[in-house]
Amino acid sequence: MSATNYPKLTLLVMVLLAVLPPLFYFTGQPFYLDLATRLTILAIAAVSLNLILGYSGLVSFGHAAYIGLGAYAVGIPGYHAIYGGLESWGLASTSGWLHFPLAMLIGAIFALITGIVCLRTKGVYFIMITMAFAQMVYYAIVSIKTYGGDDGLTIDVRSEFPGVSLDDPLQLFGVSYVVLVAVMLLVRMMVNSRFGMVLRGAKGNNERMVMMGYNTYRYQLTAYVISGALAALSGALLGNFTTFISPEMMDWTRSGELMFMVILGGVATTVGPVLGAVAFILIEEVLSTFTIYWQLPFGLLLMGVVLYSQGGLANILGQWRARRALRDASQGGAAPEHKL
Amino acid sequence: MDYALFVMQVLNGLQLGLLLFLVASGLTLVFGILDFVNLAHASLYMVGALVCASLTLVLGNFVWALLLAIPVTALVGWTVERLVARRLYGRDHLDQVLATFGLILVLTTLAHLIWGPQGISVPLPSWLKGQLAFSDTLIFPIYRLVIIGAGLLAALGLYVLVTHTRLGMLIRAGASNRQMVSALGVNIERLFAIVFSLGAVLAGLAGMLVAPITEASIGMGNGIIITAFVVIIVGGIGSMKGAFIAAMLIGLIDTLGRAFLDGVFKLFMSSDAAENSAPAVSAMLIYIIMALVLAFRPKGLFPPKVR
Amino acid sequence: MTQPVLEARSLVKSFGGIRATDNLSLTVLPGELHAVIGPNGAGKTTLITQLCGSLLPDAGEVLFKGVDITQRPAYERAQMGIARSFQITSLIMDMTVLENVALAAQAHMGSSFRFFRSVRHDEPVLSHARACLARVGLAAEADRVTRTLPHGGHRRMEIAIALAAKSELMLLDEPMAGLGTDESQDIIALLRALKGEQTIVLIEHDMDAVFALADRISVLVYGHIIACGTPDEIRQNAEVRAAYLGEESEGV
Repeated sequence: MSATNYPKLTLLVMVLLAVLPPLFYFTGQPFYLDLATRLTILAIAAVSLNLILGYSGLVSFGHAAYIGLGAYAVGIPGYHAIYGGLESWGLASTSGWLHFPLAMLIGAIFALITGIVCLRTKGVYFIMITMAFAQMVYYAIVSIKTYGGDDGLTIDVRSEFPGVSLDDPLQLFGVSYVVLVAVMLLVRMMVNSRFGMVLRGAKGNNERMVMMGYNTYRYQLTAYVISGALAALSGALLGNFTTFISPEMMDWTRSGELMFMVILGGVATTVGPVLGAVAFILIEEVLSTFTIYWQLPFGLLLMGVVLYSQGGLANILGQWRARRALRDASQGGAAPEHKL
Repeated sequence: MDYALFVMQVLNGLQLGLLLFLVASGLTLVFGILDFVNLAHASLYMVGALVCASLTLVLGNFVWALLLAIPVTALVGWTVERLVARRLYGRDHLDQVLATFGLILVLTTLAHLIWGPQGISVPLPSWLKGQLAFSDTLIFPIYRLVIIGAGLLAALGLYVLVTHTRLGMLIRAGASNRQMVSALGVNIERLFAIVFSLGAVLAGLAGMLVAPITEASIGMGNGIIITAFVVIIVGGIGSMKGAFIAAMLIGLIDTLGRAFLDGVFKLFMSSDAAENSAPAVSAMLIYIIMALVLAFRPKGLFPPKVR
Repeated sequence: MTQPVLEARSLVKSFGGIRATDNLSLTVLPGELHAVIGPNGAGKTTLITQLCGSLLPDAGEVLFKGVDITQRPAYERAQMGIARSFQITSLIMDMTVLENVALAAQAHMGSSFRFFRSVRHDEPVLSHARACLARVGLAAEADRVTRTLPHGGHRRMEIAIALAAKSELMLLDEPMAGLGTDESQDIIALLRALKGEQTIVLIEHDMDAVFALADRISVLVYGHIIACGTPDEIRQNAEVRAAYLGEESEGV
């Protein structure tokens, strides 16, 4: 009764992800470690989006806003630690113990406020409204000149934790990886719990769930808030990774990319978002080495995926298994007869 | 309060509102009739502007360029409909959103290939360049008045089209019952292609009109598409009347908000606080309005009747 | 006079110009199986949706055990003890049979805001769900994906879900819709076994079932109850025969 899972595939992907990047780093190719770090951070955001998109059926096209909010939750205190101001609020600090919880708190609050409005709507309205709210955050941040406006915060901020130096690319990767694993486990656990089953039921047939006595709105709002907090966490990591924090991080096109990662990788699977992030980043990298116009084949690829595939990469495995089972059954296999 | 400044900002607001209406009407038309969510609508806005810009440089005359660019944009729209949109009718809206998201990348890169990364400035003929002085302090650029006029004309034209022509009747019928229209022997494929192209022309026209002010560039669609979404959400997705009213509302609120919010804030806040918070709040204003409207009307102000 | 479990008082519901529910009053007594019959288009499903809360009436009241629930949302009514089955099957197709029924059970067995323990270890819920499946004869299908079941299985699931809710009142909307004679007989037997355990409102077209099972019958014509009484009383009611039983009253 658990969520669709491909334990061997998941293990393989996560082991490769743990082992290869440090290998590249130690053999003098730090570029690939950086790539892996970015990929891991985006995977965290993708996993958080999968919770509401894949498992709950809530198509949020504004998830990048949380990444941006998380990044600025690192950048703004860092800025004030250097240039002063906001000390009385306790917000001038480079301490990671402030940055990361603050990021998650802001993500959760924004998700709560916008979720209350968005979740009253359905379908296309929901998609557009989440997009609009994300753009609202973008415009709001851009209009605050102190923090760089359009250009973003050009300071190189690092969240300080005792014993860990996020300045060191290897350690930053390590921390991101651990967070990814933790978030994946958390989401997997939630999805199999009572709470998760209600969400999945509501995705399948909301009216039925309501008739069973569930106020599905409340469950969805809770999931929405959790998802926002987790995405903001990935944003805090991103803020540490990049050398400057830009409002572009929350542009609606980023949200679209995140959605593609989830859908490409396979919705409602544990490893899907990670696969999607890997595929997305790798394709981006490979294509851009060939031409500066890489977005053209990329866009065509995305369109092709939507037009011709179902269920994404992870579920291709599932479909293959299902076909094999059918073949076995038709060859006199053990498919039991059910008479009603 | 400076009376002249206020009037000028109102006119600016009307201009923005009409441009928004042109873009939003195409979006809502396509959604209402074809049940198709087109994220790449803004790309058609951009294409219209770029085509018009090139033609202006070639022909040396903005007005002729605009008139010529309209059928060209219609052709682009028709091509997009045939190659992409058609394959997505009836599919999940999410699929449409994702596919048109990919389409944006394709169209933007193609535009980059053809026109290069720089924006193209579109020179206005001298008779459109001047300013009209209503009084000593009330001066308004002629061209912006022309945009308002053109926008109103287009809106009127749309109204006449939808309410007084056979095509309009088919559009309204198709909006409420696609299968019926098809069963009556009307060529649905051709109707859809026409409606889609019409949407493209409307968006493109908005782009063409705005290009002399802002330059025709490949990124120009990004900002307006979200605002157009806000307009159709507030107005009610699928409703032309809703799109018009919402567009004017949002155009005015956004413009007046940006211009005067800090002044309003100063009435009850310190000057510093007002100047720090006003830009952010005015940037968020239209979204706050959207949220308020949705709190009471989750389907917008004038949602069309359910099919 | 025993307090009715469910009472509808002068319900009115219009759609455009059509009065689907026209001053409808209905009383359901505890423990009875109360059938509602009527010709097609009489407004039976509209009635059920107003009783369970997915539709709010334009006027009138709905009372459950004496409490006015007219404005209460559907999920609240379900929590209070009203369970509903759908005429057009409404199940969670991609989940297994057991998962569907377990969800129905879970709603009445503690909070579902539990994030950590897997439902696989939720023994009380699972055993209750299995028991309900056994009663409707679906025990063997527990782990099958709902979509793969034939229509008869779906109809039984609808009843299992209503059972799992530990409700006091079951609103069954044409549970035998689309079933053949054999399968219908099975459902009739099932419902007969359920009688007395809880109060049941049964909307049905199948006259054999209705007359075999019902303690009382209400006849719904054009949104209005024209007669209510025991099966015998209804059989002999001239108005009812004219309006509804008509030619079908051969040998009744």
